[in-house]
Amino acid sequence: MKGILKDIYKNRVWLLMILPGTIWLLLFSYLPMFGQVLAFKKFRIDPDGFFASVINSEWVGWDNFKYLFSTNDAWIITRNTLIYNLIFIVVGLIAAVATAILLSELINKRLSKVYQTSILFPHFISWVIGSYFVFTFLSTEHGLLNQFLGWFNIDSISWYNESKYWPFIIVFMSLWKGVGYGSIVYLASIVGIDRTYYEAAMIDGASKWKQIKHVTLPMLKPLMIILTIMNIGRIFNSDFGLFYQVPRDSGALYSVTNVIDTYVYRGLMNLGDIGMSTAAGLYQSAVGFILVIITNYIVRKVDEESALF
Amino acid sequence: MAKLERNESPVVISSSLGEMKGGGTKVVRKKHRDPQHMHPVVNAIISVLLGILAFTCIFPFIYVIIISFTSEESIVRNGFQLIPKEWSLDAYHYLWSMKEQLFRSYGVTIFITIVGTIISVLMITFYAYAISRPQFKYRKFFTFLAFFTMLFSGGLVPTYIVVTQFLGLKDTIWALILPLTMNAFYIIIMRTFFLKSVSESILESARIDGASEWRIFFQIIFPLSLPGIATIALFSTLGYWNDWFTALLYIDDPNLVPLQSLLMKIEANLEFMRQNLDVAIMQQSLFDTIPEESAKMAMVVIATLPIAISYPFFQKYFISGLTIGGVKE
Repeated sequence: MKGILKDIYKNRVWLLMILPGTIWLLLFSYLPMFGQVLAFKKFRIDPDGFFASVINSEWVGWDNFKYLFSTNDAWIITRNTLIYNLIFIVVGLIAAVATAILLSELINKRLSKVYQTSILFPHFISWVIGSYFVFTFLSTEHGLLNQFLGWFNIDSISWYNESKYWPFIIVFMSLWKGVGYGSIVYLASIVGIDRTYYEAAMIDGASKWKQIKHVTLPMLKPLMIILTIMNIGRIFNSDFGLFYQVPRDSGALYSVTNVIDTYVYRGLMNLGDIGMSTAAGLYQSAVGFILVIITNYIVRKVDEESALF
Repeated sequence: MAKLERNESPVVISSSLGEMKGGGTKVVRKKHRDPQHMHPVVNAIISVLLGILAFTCIFPFIYVIIISFTSEESIVRNGFQLIPKEWSLDAYHYLWSMKEQLFRSYGVTIFITIVGTIISVLMITFYAYAISRPQFKYRKFFTFLAFFTMLFSGGLVPTYIVVTQFLGLKDTIWALILPLTMNAFYIIIMRTFFLKSVSESILESARIDGASEWRIFFQIIFPLSLPGIATIALFSTLGYWNDWFTALLYIDDPNLVPLQSLLMKIEANLEFMRQNLDVAIMQQSLFDTIPEESAKMAMVVIATLPIAISYPFFQKYFISGLTIGGVKE
């Protein structure tokens, strides 16, 4: 006991430094983790405060989950979340790496800088503003796309009511916002590649294409792997704004825009169903957790250097 | 060479290139042009392709600016035109008549951005610095405490209940600041940065001179780590400026609505503000029609402008920040 106190005294400066952060982590991360037990309870507010509410709420076992998975919604939100994320991971990776390579190969470096600036711009825009950008194109009465259709005497389309177009719009917007960031990350890595590899390749007469294929891409591989694992670990999470703001919360589009995050949000704010939406959230956290562990395990088997932990 | 798989590691490639160098006499050069550069035609095609991509990324903003200067009558008749039939400043006049709410929201956003960024940077750097020091006995435990939050999340609903019921932050300015202050990812990045950039020998000599750990932190570490800290500060500033989600969850009070959130509710807000317009203004019939569509777009412009203007300046720091530290040591 004396030893522990002595240790604490010896480490007092460091302990003071981590104190604010630790309090934050306990309040905003670990307390909610404890709150996840509400997924197995029927929430009832107790006048004695938060802990009393959580502890005194009645246990209902797996009822919330049974209720969640008895509806068609559980299947739809899981399907949407997984399929969109898979497409984002694959298309996003290809687009980012391709853009980075093209940017690095441009002869005019100043032009390359101008392009980088433009491509990265959407990254700094919130989805609230992004949704207005989309609205200028898709507005039924005034939008640019319907004007285009009008020139060819094609009837206006009520974009925000037609779910069949939205998978494309969502993927397009995800790329629009994300490709800049992704390509800059890869570009930074390309710039860092030792030039002697390219010189050696050139001496051997490797064409530009061969240099890309046999030097650039292999050098980017560790980064591609690590970013992809991190994305696979987050495959159960989605960018809430993309699925909530961009479709303007249009009910007609829920079949293709409802993902776990929006479902949990609507369950909480619109329906006030704490038990069921906590259950959906826990389902998301738990599966996400297992996925990170598994992907990291696989990567460590294949290539230990690329593993996250 | 052609047999090499794309996925082979760079080490393998360099050694096989070495082999090829040895047998270089057998290699017959078919192409005469310098392999260092793209063919001019290929370069032109790449320039055009990237140009289209770059244009796609900024065009919507330009388009929104154009619409905000279009007269409402023109919009009703012809839609959002790329070159409007009739230009007008009505939208901005109209927003000016609601300046109170606008300034208030601007104020809220600026306040949470500044205060939030300061708290955030201090908390993150303290935490990250402590867990990067080998002298700190419990560093492993606290590293794990932060890292684990990246793997398993508390979820939206329990967080909402903690913030509203336990901490009682609903409809307070702190609800817009505190939930965003820490981020395990930034802690890990900063820790890597400290591990790489702070050499123990400097600290040793400072300690011999009798400097306390706090003095060392503020007088040596902080200036030395400014590039990393600036990056975290920039990420954090952008996070606060662009945040609307915490406001969506925790804020109902119109006095505390930040800019992004005001924009989100703008349809309802335009209606609300129209009802609150001075009767006198209405009687002067300043506006024949309420410029609703263009006013929305003018709001978008006003909310985006600070970022668009400062963007070319901070972009450099942002890009250099991406490379300051990976998650791994």
